[in-house]
Formats: sequence, C-alpha cells, structure tokens
Amino acid sequence: MSTSPSVLVIGGGSTGTGIARDLAMRGLDVTLVEKGNLTHGTTGRMHGLLHSGGRYAVSDQASAKECIVENRVLRRIAGHCVEMTGGLFVQRPEDSDEYFEKKLEGCRECGIPVEVLSAEEAREQEPYLAKDIKRAIRVPDGAIDPFRLCVANAASAVEHGARIETHSEVTDVLVEDGEVVGVEVTHKSGTGPYVHGNPGEVEEIRADYVVNATGAWAGQIGDLAGVDVEVRPSKGVMTIMNTRQVDTVVNRCRPKGDADIIVPHETTCILGTTDEEVEDPEDYPEEGWEVDLMIDTLSELVPMLKDARTIRSFWGVRPLYEPPGTGTEDPTDITREFFLLDHADRDDLPGMTSIVGGKLTTYRMMAEKISDHVCEKVGVDAECRTADVPLPGSEDFSVLRDYMDDFGLRSPIGRRSVQRLGSRADDVLTSIDPNPVVCECEAVTRAEIQDSLDTAGTDLNSVRIQTRASMGNCQGAICCHRMASELAPEYDEDVVRASLDDLYQERWKGERHGMWGEQLSQAALKHMLHATTMNRDADPAATESGVDFAAFDDGAVADGGRDAHAVSEVDDGDY
Amino acid sequence: MAITDDVLVIGGGIAACTAALSAAETGAQVRLLAHKKSTLRQASGLVDVLGYAGDDGPLANPYDGLDELPEDHPYRIVGEDGIRDGLRLFDEAVGDAYRGGHTDDNALVATYGGTMKPTARYPESVASGLVSASGDMLLVGFESLTDFDAPVAADHLEAAGVPFSVRGVTLSFPKAFRADAKLTRFAKALDRDESVEGETVRSALADAVADELDGESRVGFPAMLGDDHDTEVRDELADRLGVPVFEVPTGPPSLLGLKLEDMLFDALDEAGVRIASGNPAVDFEADGDRIETVLVDQKSRMTPYEADQIVLATGGLVGKGLDSDREHVTEPVFGCHVPHPEDRYDWSEPEAFGDHEFARFGVVPDDELRPTDADGESHFENLRAAGGVVGGAHVAREKSASGVSLATGAVAGRLAGEDATQ
Repeated sequence: MSTSPSVLVIGGGSTGTGIARDLAMRGLDVTLVEKGNLTHGTTGRMHGLLHSGGRYAVSDQASAKECIVENRVLRRIAGHCVEMTGGLFVQRPEDSDEYFEKKLEGCRECGIPVEVLSAEEAREQEPYLAKDIKRAIRVPDGAIDPFRLCVANAASAVEHGARIETHSEVTDVLVEDGEVVGVEVTHKSGTGPYVHGNPGEVEEIRADYVVNATGAWAGQIGDLAGVDVEVRPSKGVMTIMNTRQVDTVVNRCRPKGDADIIVPHETTCILGTTDEEVEDPEDYPEEGWEVDLMIDTLSELVPMLKDARTIRSFWGVRPLYEPPGTGTEDPTDITREFFLLDHADRDDLPGMTSIVGGKLTTYRMMAEKISDHVCEKVGVDAECRTADVPLPGSEDFSVLRDYMDDFGLRSPIGRRSVQRLGSRADDVLTSIDPNPVVCECEAVTRAEIQDSLDTAGTDLNSVRIQTRASMGNCQGAICCHRMASELAPEYDEDVVRASLDDLYQERWKGERHGMWGEQLSQAALKHMLHATTMNRDADPAATESGVDFAAFDDGAVADGGRDAHAVSEVDDGDY
Repeated sequence: MAITDDVLVIGGGIAACTAALSAAETGAQVRLLAHKKSTLRQASGLVDVLGYAGDDGPLANPYDGLDELPEDHPYRIVGEDGIRDGLRLFDEAVGDAYRGGHTDDNALVATYGGTMKPTARYPESVASGLVSASGDMLLVGFESLTDFDAPVAADHLEAAGVPFSVRGVTLSFPKAFRADAKLTRFAKALDRDESVEGETVRSALADAVADELDGESRVGFPAMLGDDHDTEVRDELADRLGVPVFEVPTGPPSLLGLKLEDMLFDALDEAGVRIASGNPAVDFEADGDRIETVLVDQKSRMTPYEADQIVLATGGLVGKGLDSDREHVTEPVFGCHVPHPEDRYDWSEPEAFGDHEFARFGVVPDDELRPTDADGESHFENLRAAGGVVGGAHVAREKSASGVSLATGAVAGRLAGEDATQ
C-alpha cells in the first residue's frame, strides 16, 4: 500500500478508537486490535455521564477544565451520541454549606457555567427530588452513549483506511534489538468480524509504532513487553432502573462518596457508583451490598428509587494510574488525569507508548495528545482534525424531521431510530422493506440490526451495543431469538443458535443483580418463555443422545380409541 | 352483606379454572375471583405434564418420570391419580379443541424457535404438525413477523434429527400492514378474509404457499391462522393446498393461549361457576384458623367475599401470586410461608438455564394441599393452594407447568368442594 508510517493501537475502547480515528485522519496506516468487541472494557461499563467538569471542580481542577472544553467539543462532533440533560448538584440539609460554596467557586474558576437553584426551583425541574433538599447548582452535564460514540469513532477510522480487528487478543509484544516492532495477535475466529465456529488464527502485525490504549489492562500489555505500567484498577457498580425517574443528571453536592449520581440514559436511569481497588480488572467480586448501597443512598436524593424496579447492574473498572512513588491509599484520591507513558524515556524501550488514566468525556483530547506524540515519533507533520469534523451520524441533523412519514414507522419507533442513527438514518432505514420491529422495548427495526451486522459478524453483543436491542425492560425475553434469526440465511442455524446462547447468557449476568420484585417476575417470565415454551434448556438438537421419535404420540387415534374428550378411565372418587 | 359461596377460588389461570370446575363437580356453589388477564397470553397453549425428570428426558411417557421427582414435588402429593383427574377435567372442558387424550404418551411439538418440546395435550390446530409424526414438512414464515423465522426453525428441527425432511420459506404476507403490526393483525385479516388486489387474503396466501410446495405432506404457519374463525381459515388453506395445515405455537401475544383461556371460562359458565373479575383479592378476615372473608379491592372500597372453603390459585412469580423484595419472598394475599434462601444471590444460578431456586418458590402444601407455616402446620384449615403459587416444582425444566396446575387444581378444588358440601 502506501509508504505512510504504520501504527498499531491496542484497545477498542473510547481512547483506542479515538486514537485510531485521529491517526487515520492524519494519513497514517492504522490497525486497531481489541480482545473483545468494541467497548468491551471500561468504555462499555460506565454510567454514560458527559461531564461538565462540575464533579472535579473542587478536588481536581485540571480535569474539570478539560471536561468542560471536551463537553463542548462532543456536543459539536457527536450530537447523535449526546443528550444534553443538564445536571444538578443537590445539597441536602446535612450536606455542608462550605462545600456547596467551594463547588460553586470551583466551577466558576474552571469556566463551567453555573446557576444556583432554590429547593423549589430544583423540584420544579425534577419533581421527584426529596422534599427536604436545601438547594442545587445547575451545570451543563449530559448523557452520552459510550457504545454509539465508540462505534462512530471506529467507523470514521475505517472510512479513513484503518483496519479494526475485534475479538483479537494481543498474546505477545514483539521486541527486537531493544525496540517494540509489533505484536502477535490471536484472532478468536480468524480475521474480520467475529463468526461463531470459525477457527482461530495467530497473526504477527508489525508496525512502526505501537500504542497501548488498554486502560485498566495496560499493565498486562506492559508485562508482555517487559515493562511495568502501574495501573490501579478500581471497580464501581452501576445499577440500571427501568424508567427515567429523573431527566436531569442528579449529583449529590458533597465531597467524594459512594452512590452520589443518577444519570438519565435513553429509557432508563443509571445509579452510580462505588470506588474500590481491585487486583485483576477481569476477576473481581460483584456484590449485592453494592447494589443495595446505590438504592439506599440515592433514595435520600430521590425517594421513589427505594421501591422502583431495577433492571440489572453492572460493574466497570476505572483505569486509574499514578506515577510510581505517589502512594495514594484510597482510590478515590487518585487523580482522574491521564498520563502518557513513553516507554523509550521511561524504560529505555522505544517503539511503544502507553496511555492510562483519564475518562470518557476527555477521550478525544487524550487521543489528540497521544496522536501528536506518535506523529512526532514517526516523523509525520499533520494537524489534528477530530475536534472539528463530526463523527459519522452527526454530520447533518436536518434529517431529524418528519421521520414518521419518511420511514412508515410509528412515531416513537421512528424517533428513536433517528436519534440513534443520526444522519445515517435515511440510508439505513430505507435499506430494507418491509422493515419490522425486532426489539420492541428499545424500538429497534430489522434495518438497524442488519446495518450493525456489517461489523458485528455473529457477535450479537456487538449488535446490542450498536442498536440497544435487548437492553430494555424485558432484557431480551422477547427479542433475543429474533436478533439471532437476523443472522440467517447468511449464517447457518448452528451459528444462529450459538450466538443466541451467548447473548442470552450475557444478559443474564447483569439481570441477576436486580432479581427481586417486578424484575424477578420478569426474569421468571423470560425463563418460562425460553425454557418452558422453547425448551432451550434441554434442546434435543444440542444433546448428544438422539430422540426415539417413534416412542412418542404420533397423533393417530388407534381403532377403537377414544376421542380426547371421552377419556374417562381415571378413578374418580378414589380419594 | 357479604357475598357468600361454598367455595371461593382466587385466580384466573389453568389452576384456578380447574379448581373451580373440580369443586363444582362435587355440587358445591363456586365463585372464581379473577384479577386480570391470566398468564395464558404468554403461554404456548400446549398442555405439558412432565417432559423431563432427574436426568431423564424427553420422556415419552410422563408417568414414567414421577418417581424421579423430589419428595416435596406437588406431583408426589397429588399422585398419578391427581394428574389423571386434572387431565380428565381439562379434556372435558375443551372437548375436540385439544388432542392427545387418546394416549398416555407425550407428543413432540415444535414451538416458535424451532425447538421441540414434549407435551401431553395440544390444540387441534397443532395436531398435524407433530414432530413425533411422520410426513415431510414445509414451514412458512412471513417477512414482517420477526418472531418466527421458518428457515431457521426448519434447520433447527433437522439438527435435532427429526425423522422426516423439513424446509422453511419466508414469504411476504399478501396484505401489507405497518411495520410494527402484531400477529393479531394478521390473524384478523385471515379471520375476515379481507380483500387484497381483487383477491381474498386466504386464497392469495394459499397461492403463494402452493408455489413453494414441493411434495411436502403438511404445511405449518406461526399460530396466527385466524382467531374467531380459525377452523374455517385452516380448512380453507388445507383445502386449497391439498395437504393438512397446522400452527406452530408462539410467544406473546399467544393466540393459542388466549383461546385456551376463553375455552376454560366457557366451561366455567357451563358448570355454573360464578365469576367476579377485574379486581384483586388483597386481604382477608379470619377467626382463628378459619378464613371468614376475602377482601377484594374495588378501587374505592373493599368488598368482602365469604366462603366456606378457599382455593388460592393466584400463580407464581410471573402471575404475581408471589411477590418479593430485596430480602423476602412472600405470598401477598394470606401471608403464607414461602421458604427461600436468605441471600438473594442464592435465588438464582450464574448459568442462565441453571437450576434456579426461584423457579421452585412457592407455598409449602400439606398432604391435602393446605399451605403450611415454617413449622409445617397448615395456616388455615379452609385454605388450599393450586398451580404456580405452590412451590417445589421446577416447572420450566420439567415441562410440567400446565400439568401441575391441572393436577393441584383438580385435587384442591375437589377437596374444597367436598369439605364445603359435607
């Protein structure tokens, strides 16, 4: 191909895809590898807050300033991923006035627009806030869909010539003559989109430069290269409610603490979170007390949460980092800033840089910084354009009109499809006719599912994160098998079934954390549909031993047999 | 003045209907208190008794598995006689609309995912599609009905080794509806035989299917072949195609389930059972260990219903006969004891199809189906339980949901009727 320098990016989260987009737009030859699907790590497991910076305005002003800058950038380039809900920092009577003033002052110092609301004004905006709240600060927080954002970055990178390989794990970092020259990658199902049943394949990918953007996993990649990257993974729980109890991001206005934020997200609200250091970013306890803590503490702000229905809970791992020797004990005190670790300077190992720390809101800025760094290393002189060029889907919002008539879909379905697809709506929704609804809870049509299959292969979890299908109230009870059927006829029935099983199990993992009340009833119904009616738990097609069909009722009534309603040989009155 | 009956049955599903029919047989005056639509809307309409027990299954004969069931299983309490009595009441209630009563053996029926399940009774419209019967099969699905993918279902059946060849095709339904039209809209079009481009829907559909037919001796559709005029629709299609036509049971909204509900309520009418529907039973008044009245919440006021005997058939977790919060599982009307692990994380298993505790949640019956307290003593001498509210059976795994409802309903209803009329 070209003679442009080649860069290999490890990690398909917001940072990795952001870097891939940035470098591809600057003309570099980019390959990104990710061991799961996109957002598999921390990006897919966060509360979806687009920070105004308010949260860090007292404790970490450097981060706060970056947040408000990027908050504005993302509204511009990723409009279809952002819902500007606004945010409130709510003070309860027991929360200190001093901290409230500090928060207000801090926001002003960082350039974050603020407004103080009386309790009445705050309750007018959010009627379910507790009656005894004292006052609130309004800030420009928002909700952002991390899945859509990440997928849009990846799509843009591909448009600019990048190669993106998901389900491709780095199994070695190639070091020759004291320099990183590439990686060994194990593709779980060969190259290209993941397909159930395709054999795995090992590939050596050489590159002029390697970027380790694996966040909480950065230490593991460091180990493969023989360098120490001191990430301090910290877990946090997020609990999803079945509806939007609030339409504004609601923060508790007090110094750091667990369970202090509610983010409205699509049809749900997400409660967060905890902050606890863990050893292994993939193997840590997910505990019921954390879920209880979310509900019990946040119902101090919004009392109706106490008896509301939770759909599921999930945990994410923050990629916190602090320079060696800092020795912070409490993970909540570790800075949220990001760090660029050039292993040439640090470890005398040229050819690779790791990026750690940071947060989703500032992903683009992090990507810009490291892309600048990489360009300098490989001798490319090109400007970053990611702050100005909209992401695919956000180019032109004139399509957000008359979707109902345009697509022959009932208004809520049309509206939600267009919100997700943005300026791509026209292309996608008119591609298939008829275009029936596959997921009713989230109003996802066949066309949107089919569109996502281009990059998803047979990975229905990738379809899920792209479209939100199976992420609503029924958690896939009604639509999981429909999503799987969309894989046919391109893929065979055994692949359809295997991908269905994977999606079903993935949904179940998070559902278990919300299993009481209404949601336990819903889970029982899902179990009845899939086990009782569909017999998927004992599917004869999935068992080794064959079925002796001839031993069963073949429907034929033998001569002299009785009609169904005439059976009367039972011993009535025997009791 | 309270409304007074001999037997009051609380619930509106298979168990409640069976209990009411069974009690009525004893000569008792029976009233059914149904809150809202039963869970039959979500059920396949198939009536299973026992398909899997212990490590065995699919069972060709449900009675062969009874000994494999745990001691506290409701089938162990009511015995084979109870099961047979439940099926007898069912067969009498639904008449020719259901098949399978000619034998003890289970039939194998394919449902909408293309998986087969063992079942004791099946709607007449399903009968010619048994997987346990021979005859090559054509399955027909529709582009705009995402719930049933005929080619996938056909391949799934092939993968299970069915002893005939099966093929699936996807057609566009002769009449176009909005993209989010539900299955009921299709059924209605067939019911009314609506006109489409100078033709009628039924004949246009038959023509489209005839073009695809390649020697198969039976043709299956998702269960949407008419509602009020289903037999007529099916007969016309079969007549035009020259081969039997059958339905494949679907998920919600399940027309087969809804039709079963209608049949059961018709049977209640015929048996002289009084029906009060639309409002929930929420509380009761007792004198010692006898329940005197059941209180029904009629929006603005509580209406008392008096009865000599009461049958609780409010369903399980799905039907809301059981309730739960983060710490407890409860039976909300009478506060009957529902045993459960203390830690809610022990209510389920990490594997989606694991042996979940929650699936067995329910009240603990004594040998006359009276719910018991933690010490094994019955809560009330005149309260019995039937169906999903009774614990001890993992009905999803066993494929025994309908059978447990029929059997416990039959026995609880009969005992209640006998006690009331003594």
